[in-house]
Amino acid sequence: MDKKLRILVAKPGLDGHDRGAKVVARALRDAGFEVIYTGLHQTPDMIVATAIQEDVNAVGLSILSGAHMTIFPNVMKLLKKKKAVDILLFGGGIIPDEDKKALYKLGVGKLFGPGTDTAEIVAYLKKYFKL
Amino acid sequence: MKQKINKENNRINDATISGIPVKIIYVPDDIKDLNYDRDLGMPGQYPYTRGVRQTMYRGRLWTMRQFSGFGTAKDTNKRYKFLLAHGETGLSVAFDFPTLYGRDSDEEISAGEVGKCGVAISSLADMETLFDGIPMAEVSTSMTINGPASVIWAFYIAAAEKQGVKSKQLRGTIQNDILKEYIAQKSWLFPPKPSMRIITDIMEFAAQHVPQWNTISISGYHIREAGSTAVQELAFTLKDGLTYVEEGIKAGLDVDVFAPRLSYFFNSHLDFFEEIAKYRAARRIWAREMKNTYKAKKPESLLLRFHTQTAGCTLTAQQPENNIVRTAFQGLAAVLGGTQSLHTNSMDETWALPTEKAVLIALRTQQLIAYETGVANVIDPLGGSYYVESLTNKMEQEAYNYFKKIDKMGGMIKAIENGYPQREIANAAYNYQKQVEQKKRTFVGVNDFILADEKLEMPILKIDHRVSEEQNKRIQTLRKKRNNAQVAKVLKELKRVCQTKENVMYPILKAVKAYATLGEICAAMKEIFGVYKEPPMF
Amino acid sequence: MTLIENNDHKAKSILNTLYPRTGNAWRIGITGPPGAGKSTLVEKLAMECVKHNLSVGIVCIDPTSPFSGGAILGDRVRMSSLFLDPKVFIRSMATRGSLGGIAKATKQMCDLLDAFKKDIIIIETIGVGQVELDVAGIAFTTIVVLVPEAGDSIQTMKAGLMEIADIFVVNKSDRDGADKMVMEIQSILEMKDFDRIPVVLKTIGTEGKGVTDLYKSILEHKDYLKVTNKIKQRMQSTIQTEITEIVQEHIDKQVWRNPKIKLALNRFIDNIINGRQTPYHAADKIYAIWKKLGRKI
Ligand SMILES: Nc1nc2c(ncn2[C@@H]2O[C@H](COP(=O)(O)OP(=O)(O)OP(=O)(O)O)[C@@H](O)[C@H]2O)c(=O)[nH]1
Ligand SMILES: [Mg+2]
Repeated sequence: MDKKLRILVAKPGLDGHDRGAKVVARALRDAGFEVIYTGLHQTPDMIVATAIQEDVNAVGLSILSGAHMTIFPNVMKLLKKKKAVDILLFGGGIIPDEDKKALYKLGVGKLFGPGTDTAEIVAYLKKYFKL
Repeated sequence: MKQKINKENNRINDATISGIPVKIIYVPDDIKDLNYDRDLGMPGQYPYTRGVRQTMYRGRLWTMRQFSGFGTAKDTNKRYKFLLAHGETGLSVAFDFPTLYGRDSDEEISAGEVGKCGVAISSLADMETLFDGIPMAEVSTSMTINGPASVIWAFYIAAAEKQGVKSKQLRGTIQNDILKEYIAQKSWLFPPKPSMRIITDIMEFAAQHVPQWNTISISGYHIREAGSTAVQELAFTLKDGLTYVEEGIKAGLDVDVFAPRLSYFFNSHLDFFEEIAKYRAARRIWAREMKNTYKAKKPESLLLRFHTQTAGCTLTAQQPENNIVRTAFQGLAAVLGGTQSLHTNSMDETWALPTEKAVLIALRTQQLIAYETGVANVIDPLGGSYYVESLTNKMEQEAYNYFKKIDKMGGMIKAIENGYPQREIANAAYNYQKQVEQKKRTFVGVNDFILADEKLEMPILKIDHRVSEEQNKRIQTLRKKRNNAQVAKVLKELKRVCQTKENVMYPILKAVKAYATLGEICAAMKEIFGVYKEPPMF
Repeated sequence: MTLIENNDHKAKSILNTLYPRTGNAWRIGITGPPGAGKSTLVEKLAMECVKHNLSVGIVCIDPTSPFSGGAILGDRVRMSSLFLDPKVFIRSMATRGSLGGIAKATKQMCDLLDAFKKDIIIIETIGVGQVELDVAGIAFTTIVVLVPEAGDSIQTMKAGLMEIADIFVVNKSDRDGADKMVMEIQSILEMKDFDRIPVVLKTIGTEGKGVTDLYKSILEHKDYLKVTNKIKQRMQSTIQTEITEIVQEHIDKQVWRNPKIKLALNRFIDNIINGRQTPYHAADKIYAIWKKLGRKI
């Protein structure tokens, strides 16, 4: 079997700062993942549709604009609605601790802060998927 | 306090942060080909390497201009009055994402982003509120707006008119640099061709009606923030600038009419001397190209005037107070490099919008540089330094290497459509990240000198739901109150003009004055011009 | 889908059940050099199909990094207006080491989309090298996308390019040299023998210009293959390739996983390096060993 983990890296909302998303996409590729990169300005609907068509194992969202409390819950809700709860939702961005706590409660996976080592993200995913 | 210190010694110390090799010492031989009159000249003299004004900061200090904006127009108006009261000398408007994309606050895609990273401005009414009680004839205002620059500028002109201020009196800048949006910042609306046409329309309109306005602030800042090297910032930004000049000439404008209104906006990053060399090289390249290639005659067309902002991407979430010091060094580099205006970042900007206290410290940093250090007393004090001159030459050379490659691709617009600069920047960003992670470079508090038990908490300014609710209500009332038949009429007229060669600024101003919203105006233009999509990156 | 792509043991049984339901979709292959505008055209072509009330499956292929085994699949970036269209299904694949511009399981992925009753299937190959040809083996209509700037290099294009294309598209024809490019292609085509001379079209992918013509040309080509019954030939060769590949894979596994052969191989390699044997000689010997073992495996 030639199993590969597939990860969707998406940039929701209007914020165009995709430096982080791109660096993470590459780091994941270099760690042997197959990364689906959808580019900017994705709505939660688009993200979930892509996640399902591409049959990904995880969705990583990068949000720097402060819209995390709107976008993460929406994506989570849609994943549930489409019965795709086995897909891990994680992310990165500027997210204060109390918001993090609230999002973890909703079942969102790990949220990485600014300045995170990409190796940490890789390690997290490998551990989560028991590689 | 416990702390972690990295004892390995695999650090790069023989190259700048952008990877330009540096020797351990520089000697006269390193600049033996330097010819003072040809390569440096006196300040205010061709090729302007040492500065654009004869007297530089002795004549007038740089403008202290802190970029700010958040929440509703009313919230930001209060912050502006605070800054002006504390000695700031120019305003600089940060817009929220919906505004940057030409969307109204109440559109679906704006959800969650209204007023978050800047102020929400959806109509002339919002602009009137933003400048309520601020004398628009006196302040100079810089507005960071690109895709919808034409519309926001029209808001500003119309708001001034309501205050009784004529467009001829207005001073300020719109960023209006769409090429770097395609390259780095990504808040574009239309494809390159119509975008360039709007920009030349703006240049023409300004020359006639708003002569003191800087029509494009050609920006390297965002290119650098997206992860480029200093050389890439220099090369891509200047090439963008030269492309605007070409387009202006192609559109039939006189280069000496519009070129004096072009200004630049650079980043000030960590590597102190590299940054200074970058600014000096930029002035020289611009002067030479404008004179030799584009045959500009007026001295003002040859001057590269620029605003600088310290590098937001170098601020650390860890030990945030260190950011005050970082920013001070970066601000100092900008001043030694001869900047015309400066924004110094606040220490808490990686976390959120800065608090009032943080903003004040940032402003004080500039005042310290200006009034206490003495660096402003002498022009280009590093001129003649073996190292700085040699690095300036090197930066210039490397920039020309990029120019050549881009020319071979058929120019900047084609290079952008092919994703070339984008790819170069993404590669550089990835390399930079690798160096951080492999500890080849030390970032204090990030990969070394880490406080083991540090709790990352800062007081942050929170933007609550109130903002988007207030904004939505405002727009909805506006839509009811205004004359909607008139709005429909002016939008139709706008669409007609978009299909002709006439200047779009006139119908945009008309639409603005009829209180058509930003989103409505941009949607009308998109119908004719289409929308842009990014080229593949990987 | 993932099971198929992963060549999971369950994949075979899934494909066996679904196979009888295939055979309705028209399969279109799109190939061309990097950045020619393939993805842009795929998006516009899919929109055109949807306009005609056809459902579309899209398979986009991107290269796997030979160093890490990972991949970044980025063609979707250019197809965002299709993301929410219920008639369109997009699936990205990495080559996972196969050359020739498509992934090993591409054909099977198409079968799957076919079984799910997609009317049209579009396969976009990777854009490395000059032009990748394998897609012609699984598509009924193969489109080669070129750009005006390719003008000078067309003479030196990978051999076989002229033969695999059913339709040539000169995209980015908003740029200079498009007409010249069209003429050049036509003049080369005239020198060759064809049952049907491929059509050469101009498009502007970003503006959607010429896409209706492209759509029509595809239908014409489809009719042509059906009327002349050439479709049967194509299907025969596709199926033949597929069977050959599956058998090949079985054989490969048997041969190279056999401990005796592994041992012999290592010894032969040493011999060859030391100049005591030639690769041809070694290959003959391995074949002989395998034949002898054959019955027992
Ligand atoms: N000027 C012009 N640009 C186009 C046209 N079609 C596509 N492009 C641009 O060409 C670039 C590449 O387009 P893609 O559709 O991603 O090309 P591709 O062949 O799929 O690229 P790869 O998958 O990376 O090989 C993008 O920037 C498009 O906007 C066109 O007709 N004219
Ligand atoms: Mg593509």
